[in-house]
Amino acid sequence: MAKRIDVSGLNAYYGSFLAIEDISMTVEPRSVTAFIGPSGCGKSTFLRTLNRMHEVTPGGRVDGKVMLDDENLYGAGIDPVAVRREVGMVFQRPNPFPTMSVYDNVAAGLRLNGKYKKSELDDVVEKSLKGANLWNEVKDRLNKPGSGLSGGQQQRLCIARAIAVEPNVLLMDEPCSALDPISTLAIEDLIGELKERFTIVIVTHNMQQAARVSDRTAFFNLAAVGQPGKLIEIDDTERIFSNPSVQATEDYISGRFG
Amino acid sequence: MSNATLSPQRSSLRGATLPKWFAWAVAAGSVVLGLGISAAAGLGSSIQWALIAAILFVVGSYGISAKVEGRRQAKDRTATSLVWVAFLLAVIPLASLIWETVKRGIKVLDGYFLTHSMGVVADTEPGGGIYHAILGTLEQVGLATLISVPIGVLTAIYLVEYGRGRLAKAVTFFVDVMTGIPSIVAGLFILSLWILILGMGYSGFAGSMALSILMIPVVVRSTEEMLKLVPNELREASLALGVPKWRTILKVVLPTSLGGITTGVMLAIARITGETAPVLLLVWVTNFINSNPFSDPQASLPMYIYLQYANSGGSGAAYDRAWAAALTLIAFIMILNLVARGIARWKAPKTGR
Repeated sequence: MAKRIDVSGLNAYYGSFLAIEDISMTVEPRSVTAFIGPSGCGKSTFLRTLNRMHEVTPGGRVDGKVMLDDENLYGAGIDPVAVRREVGMVFQRPNPFPTMSVYDNVAAGLRLNGKYKKSELDDVVEKSLKGANLWNEVKDRLNKPGSGLSGGQQQRLCIARAIAVEPNVLLMDEPCSALDPISTLAIEDLIGELKERFTIVIVTHNMQQAARVSDRTAFFNLAAVGQPGKLIEIDDTERIFSNPSVQATEDYISGRFG
Repeated sequence: MSNATLSPQRSSLRGATLPKWFAWAVAAGSVVLGLGISAAAGLGSSIQWALIAAILFVVGSYGISAKVEGRRQAKDRTATSLVWVAFLLAVIPLASLIWETVKRGIKVLDGYFLTHSMGVVADTEPGGGIYHAILGTLEQVGLATLISVPIGVLTAIYLVEYGRGRLAKAVTFFVDVMTGIPSIVAGLFILSLWILILGMGYSGFAGSMALSILMIPVVVRSTEEMLKLVPNELREASLALGVPKWRTILKVVLPTSLGGITTGVMLAIARITGETAPVLLLVWVTNFINSNPFSDPQASLPMYIYLQYANSGGSGAAYDRAWAAALTLIAFIMILNLVARGIARWKAPKTGR
């Protein structure tokens, strides 16, 4: 199921503002790749170009190539809706649908796309909630509102919702920044399990988290405010955190910047 | 009231405070004083003593509180009492309006009144009822709602979810202009278009069209505000699941804001139900039951009230019927509001565990 992502020469704009410039990288299947870097350097923007969510923002525009195995996501005739079914996303703030129950939230992806059978749906919901390590906590209240769960549970509910549509790639935009350490641990463990099935890309401000969960780490930086963000380097996580090849990376990781 | 000043060690965090009943005591004192002053000065009107009491209350609580508690607390009390005075000033007219209408309207309001028309009853005779007017109002308002809600909600969806650039700005501008159209102008517009140019006759439907001109901007505005309240994260969450935009709007955005939209629609209905001018111009009136809104004049509650009152000379059976019909109209709008609140609460996003 997991697919390789191969980005080359990618620029993303907000209106006429160039937000990220000339990014090329490869993300291996069944691995966790972490994006680190200061705020405003374009990590999240880049992440959102990987499932064509960037163009949902008014003025958002992308040029360059994003290959998902051998298909260019920005090629002619590609349907962004179909892309987003292949490349799922988990957001910074837990955002379960407030009108829906726990069950309906997990089933939302299938149900809103209109193709399901009741019995299949039950299986998918159970499998996804188990996959998100949430099943034991919510199995007795599947029909209660999803927004009644705790923050950490809500975020795992959102992960369950994202994996229920069986994407090939899972993008996570600072999934733990609104959570306490225990919930964070739960999500990090979950990421470790999910990488057996999915290609995972995670944006994080927490460098220990990047070191803990990821196989490879990419460091982004920007020259100054108003300048486009750039990919400084991408390498094995171990190398980035012990012996990075670029001085700027070492400065950022060891806290010497500004 | 000066316990704290007597205590030997004064904490900087603790000041003298007046007891909780202080505000009530001052209020009671100022009412008594106000009554006393106006009795002594021979002022007859109840507005005068109430105003004197209100002023006494604001000034008195400021003075006493400034002395005991300090100026900051005194200002706080003044602000609080001004808010209360403003609240009472706003509520008194409403309460007295409802009181008067109930008192005068309840006389002839019964089952017979609600289920019979004025067909064979002269204005001066007792008896008769408002069945034909209720039927007319329900049909006219119902048709106007059927026209306005789809147009209004779809316009709001366009403005919030799709509208960018000039067209959206133009639509917003015209909706704003429409909000300010006087009802008589809306009536005249339909009159010239439908009756004078197209040569149609008076009908409930003609009235509905004019009413929907008044209703559409209200629905657009309230729906727009409700849709804007839906967090963008929900839209993105749905889009990121690979759900097309139109389904996202239909299945995520609209259900999330349904309570608010319903409330807005109900308030819009309440607004047009009492409109008289377009009905006068376009529907005219009849004493008989006309259940077909598409041809011939129909009765309606506002017109019924107006005509009964105009023909009554200030007393008698027609006068009582006008008040009873007014009570029915108020009750109808009140029930609509209650239903709207019920739906809003029932459909509101749930947070319970």
